Amino acid sequence: MSIQVKFFASLREKVGKAEVELNQAANAAEAWQQATDNAPRPDNVLVAINLDYAKFDSPVKDGDEVAFFPPVTGG
Amino acid sequence: MSSGISDKPVQPWQLIMDAEAQQSAGEIGATATFIGTMRDFSQRKNLEKMVLEHYPQMTERYLEKLEKLARCRWPLQDCLIVHRVGDIYPGDPIVVIACWSSHRRAALDACDWLIEELKHNAPLWKKEYGPEGEHWVEENTDGHSQGA
Repeated sequence: MSIQVKFFASLREKVGKAEVELNQAANAAEAWQQATDNAPRPDNVLVAINLDYAKFDSPVKDGDEVAFFPPVTGG
Repeated sequence: MSSGISDKPVQPWQLIMDAEAQQSAGEIGATATFIGTMRDFSQRKNLEKMVLEHYPQMTERYLEKLEKLARCRWPLQDCLIVHRVGDIYPGDPIVVIACWSSHRRAALDACDWLIEELKHNAPLWKKEYGPEGEHWVEENTDGHSQGA
Protein backbone atom coordinates (compact mmCIF):
# COMPACT_ATOMS: atom_id res chain seq x y z
CA MET A 1 0.00 0.00 0.00
CA SER A 2 1.07 3.58 -0.52
CA ILE A 3 -0.24 7.10 -1.04
CA GLN A 4 -0.93 8.16 -4.60
CA VAL A 5 -0.44 11.86 -5.31
CA LYS A 6 -1.83 13.45 -8.48
CA PHE A 7 -1.42 16.89 -10.03
CA PHE A 8 -3.80 18.43 -12.55
CA ALA A 9 -3.88 21.15 -15.20
CA SER A 10 -1.42 24.06 -14.86
CA LEU A 11 -0.14 22.68 -11.57
CA ARG A 12 0.93 19.45 -13.29
CA GLU A 13 2.94 21.51 -15.76
CA LYS A 14 4.50 23.67 -13.04
CA VAL A 15 5.41 20.71 -10.86
CA GLY A 16 6.54 18.72 -13.89
CA LYS A 17 4.83 15.47 -12.93
CA ALA A 18 1.37 14.00 -13.05
CA GLU A 19 1.62 11.33 -10.37
CA VAL A 20 3.90 10.46 -7.49
CA GLU A 21 3.75 7.52 -5.11
CA LEU A 22 4.65 8.11 -1.46
CA ASN A 23 5.29 5.62 1.29
CA GLN A 24 3.64 7.77 3.93
CA ALA A 25 2.54 11.29 4.79
CA ALA A 26 0.76 12.60 7.87
CA ASN A 27 -1.47 15.04 6.02
CA ALA A 28 -2.04 16.68 2.65
CA ALA A 29 0.50 19.44 3.31
CA GLU A 30 3.19 16.86 3.99
CA ALA A 31 2.17 14.95 0.86
CA TRP A 32 2.70 18.16 -1.15
CA GLN A 33 6.15 18.68 0.37
CA GLN A 34 7.28 15.16 -0.34
CA ALA A 35 5.75 14.91 -3.80
CA THR A 36 7.19 18.24 -4.96
CA ASP A 37 10.56 18.02 -3.18
CA ASN A 38 9.55 20.95 -0.98
CA ALA A 39 8.50 23.26 -3.80
CA PRO A 40 6.70 26.38 -2.54
CA ARG A 41 2.96 25.85 -2.57
CA PRO A 42 0.97 28.54 -4.41
CA ASP A 43 -1.75 30.11 -2.21
CA ASN A 44 -4.57 29.11 -4.53
CA VAL A 45 -3.82 25.39 -4.72
CA LEU A 46 -6.80 23.16 -3.96
CA VAL A 47 -6.59 19.67 -2.52
CA ALA A 48 -8.80 16.59 -2.66
CA ILE A 49 -8.42 13.34 -0.76
CA ASN A 50 -10.10 10.26 -2.19
CA LEU A 51 -12.09 12.39 -4.68
CA ASP A 52 -13.51 14.83 -2.11
CA TYR A 53 -12.33 18.36 -1.38
CA ALA A 54 -10.12 18.43 1.70
CA LYS A 55 -7.84 20.78 3.65
CA PHE A 56 -4.07 20.79 3.84
CA ASP A 57 -4.18 19.66 7.45
CA SER A 58 -6.55 16.80 6.60
CA PRO A 59 -4.96 13.50 7.63
CA VAL A 60 -3.75 11.10 4.95
CA LYS A 61 -3.57 7.36 5.42
CA ASP A 62 -2.18 4.40 3.58
CA GLY A 63 -4.06 3.72 0.35
CA ASP A 64 -5.36 7.29 -0.03
CA GLU A 65 -5.31 9.28 -3.25
CA VAL A 66 -4.32 12.93 -2.76
CA ALA A 67 -4.83 15.38 -5.62
CA PHE A 68 -3.58 18.93 -6.00
CA PHE A 69 -5.00 21.31 -8.58
CA PRO A 70 -5.42 25.00 -9.42
CA PRO A 71 -8.70 26.97 -9.16
CA VAL A 72 -11.33 25.37 -11.36
CA THR A 73 -12.43 26.97 -14.62
CA GLY A 74 -15.20 24.80 -16.05
CA GLY A 75 -18.65 25.81 -17.28
CA MET B 1 -27.50 10.19 -21.50
CA SER B 2 -27.83 11.09 -17.84
CA SER B 3 -25.80 13.74 -16.00
CA GLY B 4 -22.05 13.47 -16.38
CA ILE B 5 -19.05 14.11 -18.56
CA SER B 6 -18.85 13.73 -22.34
CA ASP B 7 -15.60 13.49 -24.27
CA LYS B 8 -17.53 13.79 -27.53
CA PRO B 9 -19.48 16.76 -28.95
CA VAL B 10 -22.95 17.08 -27.49
CA GLN B 11 -26.19 18.37 -28.98
CA PRO B 12 -27.88 20.23 -26.13
CA TRP B 13 -31.42 20.27 -27.51
CA GLN B 14 -31.24 16.59 -28.36
CA LEU B 15 -30.11 15.82 -24.80
CA ILE B 16 -33.02 17.86 -23.48
CA MET B 17 -35.52 16.18 -25.81
CA ASP B 18 -34.17 12.74 -24.87
CA ALA B 19 -34.64 13.56 -21.18
CA GLU B 20 -38.16 14.86 -21.82
CA ALA B 21 -39.06 11.66 -23.68
CA GLN B 22 -38.57 9.80 -20.36
CA GLN B 23 -40.64 12.22 -18.28
CA SER B 24 -44.30 11.80 -17.43
CA ALA B 25 -46.49 14.41 -19.08
CA GLY B 26 -48.67 16.73 -17.03
CA GLU B 27 -46.54 17.33 -13.95
CA ILE B 28 -43.99 19.72 -15.44
CA GLY B 29 -44.88 23.34 -15.85
CA ALA B 30 -41.43 24.89 -16.28
CA THR B 31 -38.16 24.01 -17.94
CA ALA B 32 -35.10 26.18 -17.29
CA THR B 33 -31.98 25.60 -19.37
CA PHE B 34 -28.45 26.91 -19.44
CA ILE B 35 -26.15 26.15 -22.36
CA GLY B 36 -22.60 27.42 -22.22
CA THR B 37 -20.76 27.61 -25.54
CA MET B 38 -17.17 28.41 -26.41
CA ARG B 39 -16.45 31.97 -27.55
CA ASP B 40 -13.54 32.80 -29.83
CA PHE B 41 -12.34 35.39 -27.33
CA SER B 42 -11.71 35.71 -23.61
CA GLN B 43 -8.75 37.68 -22.25
CA ARG B 44 -7.25 36.93 -25.67
CA LYS B 45 -8.67 37.24 -29.19
CA ASN B 46 -9.19 34.83 -32.07
CA LEU B 47 -9.12 31.69 -29.99
CA GLU B 48 -8.95 28.59 -32.12
CA LYS B 49 -9.49 25.83 -29.65
CA MET B 50 -9.87 24.95 -26.01
CA VAL B 51 -8.96 21.77 -24.20
CA LEU B 52 -11.01 20.95 -21.13
CA GLU B 53 -9.35 18.75 -18.57
CA HIS B 54 -11.11 17.01 -15.72
CA TYR B 55 -10.25 14.82 -12.77
CA PRO B 56 -11.63 11.42 -13.79
CA GLN B 57 -14.01 10.07 -11.17
CA MET B 58 -13.95 13.18 -8.97
CA THR B 59 -15.58 15.39 -11.60
CA GLU B 60 -18.30 12.85 -12.36
CA ARG B 61 -18.88 12.37 -8.66
CA TYR B 62 -19.07 16.12 -8.11
CA LEU B 63 -21.66 16.59 -10.87
CA GLU B 64 -23.75 13.75 -9.41
CA LYS B 65 -23.53 15.41 -6.01
CA LEU B 66 -24.66 18.75 -7.46
CA GLU B 67 -27.65 17.09 -9.09
CA LYS B 68 -28.61 15.39 -5.82
CA LEU B 69 -28.28 18.65 -3.87
CA ALA B 70 -30.40 20.55 -6.40
CA ARG B 71 -33.07 17.85 -6.26
CA CYS B 72 -33.11 18.09 -2.44
CA ARG B 73 -33.21 21.87 -2.39
CA TRP B 74 -35.88 22.45 -5.03
CA PRO B 75 -38.92 20.39 -6.06
CA LEU B 76 -37.54 19.25 -9.40
CA GLN B 77 -39.20 16.64 -11.57
CA ASP B 78 -35.98 16.13 -13.46
CA CYS B 79 -32.48 17.55 -13.77
CA LEU B 80 -29.70 17.19 -16.33
CA ILE B 81 -26.06 18.32 -16.14
CA VAL B 82 -23.67 17.43 -18.95
CA HIS B 83 -20.17 18.89 -19.28
CA ARG B 84 -17.77 18.45 -22.18
CA VAL B 85 -14.11 17.53 -21.80
CA GLY B 86 -11.42 17.24 -24.46
CA ASP B 87 -11.03 19.39 -27.58
CA ILE B 88 -13.65 22.10 -27.98
CA TYR B 89 -13.96 24.67 -30.76
CA PRO B 90 -15.65 28.08 -30.94
CA GLY B 91 -19.40 27.63 -31.04
CA ASP B 92 -19.27 24.17 -29.45
CA PRO B 93 -21.45 23.60 -26.39
CA ILE B 94 -19.38 23.24 -23.21
CA VAL B 95 -22.07 22.67 -20.61
CA VAL B 96 -25.76 21.85 -20.67
CA ILE B 97 -27.96 22.23 -17.60
CA ALA B 98 -31.71 21.71 -17.59
CA CYS B 99 -34.13 21.73 -14.67
CA TRP B 100 -37.75 20.69 -14.88
CA SER B 101 -40.27 21.61 -12.21
CA SER B 102 -43.98 22.20 -11.73
CA HIS B 103 -43.29 25.90 -11.26
CA ARG B 104 -40.90 28.38 -12.87
CA ARG B 105 -39.19 29.72 -9.73
CA ALA B 106 -37.85 26.31 -8.69
CA ALA B 107 -36.64 25.54 -12.21
CA LEU B 108 -34.99 28.93 -12.72
CA ASP B 109 -33.37 29.09 -9.26
CA ALA B 110 -32.05 25.53 -9.45
CA CYS B 111 -30.57 26.11 -12.91
CA ASP B 112 -28.89 29.35 -11.79
CA TRP B 113 -27.50 27.72 -8.64
CA LEU B 114 -26.21 24.71 -10.56
CA ILE B 115 -24.20 26.66 -13.11
CA GLU B 116 -22.65 28.87 -10.41
CA GLU B 117 -21.74 25.90 -8.22
CA LEU B 118 -20.32 24.03 -11.21
CA LYS B 119 -18.24 26.98 -12.36
CA HIS B 120 -16.77 27.57 -8.91
CA ASN B 121 -16.24 24.04 -7.64
CA ALA B 122 -16.41 21.29 -10.27
CA PRO B 123 -12.88 20.05 -11.02
CA LEU B 124 -12.54 21.17 -14.63
CA TRP B 125 -9.82 23.28 -16.24
CA LYS B 126 -9.70 25.14 -19.54
CA LYS B 127 -6.63 25.61 -21.67
CA GLU B 128 -7.05 28.02 -24.58
CA TYR B 129 -5.19 27.91 -27.89
CA GLY B 130 -4.85 30.85 -30.26
CA PRO B 131 -2.44 33.11 -32.15
CA GLU B 132 -0.79 34.10 -28.85
CA GLY B 133 -0.04 30.49 -27.97
CA GLU B 134 -1.60 28.28 -25.32
CA HIS B 135 -2.77 29.51 -21.92
CA TRP B 136 -4.53 28.01 -18.94
CA VAL B 137 -7.58 30.00 -17.89
CA GLU B 138 -6.67 31.09 -14.38
CA GLU B 139 -10.06 31.69 -12.81
CA ASN B 140 -13.73 31.94 -13.61
CA THR B 141 -15.47 35.29 -13.51
CA ASP B 142 -18.13 36.22 -10.99
CA GLY B 143 -21.49 35.02 -12.32
CA HIS B 144 -23.14 38.31 -11.45
CA SER B 145 -20.67 40.55 -13.29
CA GLN B 146 -20.69 41.65 -16.93
CA GLY B 147 -17.67 39.46 -17.63
CA ALA B 148 -19.50 36.25 -16.78
